[in-house]
Amino acid sequence: MRRFTPKVVTANALLEGDVIYLTADDRWSRRLEEAEVIEDEAIGQLRLLDAQRQVDRVVGAYLADVTASADGPQPVHFREDFRRKGPSNYAHGKQEGAANV
Amino acid sequence: MYKYTEFDTAFLAERNAQFRAQVERRIDGSLTEDEFKPLRLMNGLYLQLHAYMLRVAIPYGTLNSAQMRQLALLAVKWDKGYGHFTTRQNIQYNWPLLRDVPDMLDALAEVGLHAIQTSGNTIRNVTADHFAGAAADELADPRPVAELIRQWSTDHPEFQFLPRKFKIAVTGSPNDRAVTRAHDIGLRMVERDGETGYEVIVGGGLGRTPMIGQVIREFLPRGDLLPYLEAIVSVYNLLGRRDNKYKARIKITVHENGIETIRDLVETRFETLKTAFNGADQALLAQIEPQFAAPDFVAKDTAPYDRAYATDPVFRAWADTNLTAHRQADHAIVSISLKAHGATPGDATADQMRLMADLAAKYAYDELRISHEQNVILPHVARADLPAVHAALKTAGLATANIGLISDIIACPGMDYCALATARSIPIAQEIATHFDALKLEHDIGPLKIKISGCINACGHHHVGHIGILGLDRAGVENYQITLGGDGTEDAVIGERAGPGFAAEDLLPAIERLVRAYLELREGRDETFLDAYRRLGVAPFKAALYPEARDRHAA
Repeated sequence: MRRFTPKVVTANALLEGDVIYLTADDRWSRRLEEAEVIEDEAIGQLRLLDAQRQVDRVVGAYLADVTASADGPQPVHFREDFRRKGPSNYAHGKQEGAANV
Repeated sequence: MYKYTEFDTAFLAERNAQFRAQVERRIDGSLTEDEFKPLRLMNGLYLQLHAYMLRVAIPYGTLNSAQMRQLALLAVKWDKGYGHFTTRQNIQYNWPLLRDVPDMLDALAEVGLHAIQTSGNTIRNVTADHFAGAAADELADPRPVAELIRQWSTDHPEFQFLPRKFKIAVTGSPNDRAVTRAHDIGLRMVERDGETGYEVIVGGGLGRTPMIGQVIREFLPRGDLLPYLEAIVSVYNLLGRRDNKYKARIKITVHENGIETIRDLVETRFETLKTAFNGADQALLAQIEPQFAAPDFVAKDTAPYDRAYATDPVFRAWADTNLTAHRQADHAIVSISLKAHGATPGDATADQMRLMADLAAKYAYDELRISHEQNVILPHVARADLPAVHAALKTAGLATANIGLISDIIACPGMDYCALATARSIPIAQEIATHFDALKLEHDIGPLKIKISGCINACGHHHVGHIGILGLDRAGVENYQITLGGDGTEDAVIGERAGPGFAAEDLLPAIERLVRAYLELREGRDETFLDAYRRLGVAPFKAALYPEARDRHAA
């Protein structure tokens, strides 16, 4: 059987639109390294439902592929890497400083 | 310029109040995102990769200084101090907070601007030649009729849920600077037997299925315009494919049904609509037209210009690239480049916007234009005032002498901002501009339009770039395809794909090989890249792009 690619639940914050990640203790963090890494498909679906239910806080929740590392989860796709960092032409968004939602 | 009537003001106030209530209901949870999304899109509000984005229409690209100052105010008060001018004469704010958007819209309404129908499956912001009302080659100013179309299409009850978005462009000049052949409907003002009317082009578009529009009516009398447009859009509204998003644009409808069938249907519908319009549209147009009357041009001795041109090489270089002939010989059209080498194409800071507003008020009869090439235009400047304008622009990093050159690149926001993008565009544009500036080659290369899109939707118009670049995701890596020989003018041509794409790090050397090949192959400085490409065909340029293939064949 194909090995399950680890996932995180990510979305955009309703009020600011910023990229956010679901943590294991049910917070939304702006930092990928704080995200809960999901190793099981069924749990992934449940956590996604938990996220999608929060219609007054988040928009467009989905599961994104990650790889585990000593520094926490790392994005698999470059799109997720840009979402994690912010734009490359200005130090705006997350590059201006990070705080929890 | 058009001044809002009481009706316009009341309409906009009511619409903004509606949207304010919709935002409140979204924030308190009584609207879901699925319910809210079509409402926010109708009002120009997107959710992109990192934040919301508000797209504000600049109808037919025309602004006065008060409007430009208000755009600057929005940038400072509710965004990060800048705005991004787009390829459809809009301005985008990349960082608004959802809660602030209703206030932004109210602030825009104060100066007669809005974000209505800058998204969604509606008739979008009507674009026009950015030299309208000023160009020496112009038959008539297209803006009055563009304003008429704006009013007709805004909140048009029949056209709020079209199969797909619908874009209209108008030009009043034979030299097409509005890319009319790549729009759902393109209108070119023409003259026949002393009567003015329109050549009506339908079914053009870029995106994943690029097509050059076809002429549906060679000559449409002026007075018939709105019923004829309504006939086209209503035929499309019924016939357009709602089953498949990728086949829903009118270009596919025309392609699948044939231009003759579409023409017959449109003419039949037009016969009915023509009587229904009963002249109210022409009465409205008659009220709009005087508001676009040319300013009273003040005659000035051009001596200060002649002196600066003769003695200041920096001014001369700028004058040679950034000025266009005005219909008044002692005036010029100034293109202000928003493409400083290494900057993000189309971005202007609030300070830059304010300076441009000040210059417009002082030297340009209070008028500004935004071009689809993401630059700002001062449409009427007395030649005598050009040295002062240039000196002022220099203080704000706005005097780059590169209009129409290799660094005057159109680039969509790409994956730095856009949720649809498959690769980045902005860093590619920055690299190319910086590189050719460092080589000091761009004035030698001469006119060359590079256009970059970060996905197949082609907002960066890559299909009509002399060199087009399309950013794609190939197996999880950014990859860039090159197209050659595209042209967005009256001779519109879709560029030809050169071959396999390039990895990001290989793209700049490939572009340099291409450009150096052109420099070697051209018959002289007068032969532009596009001319050389048309004379020689794709082969020598392909050979420059893919030397490995050439060497393999030679071996």
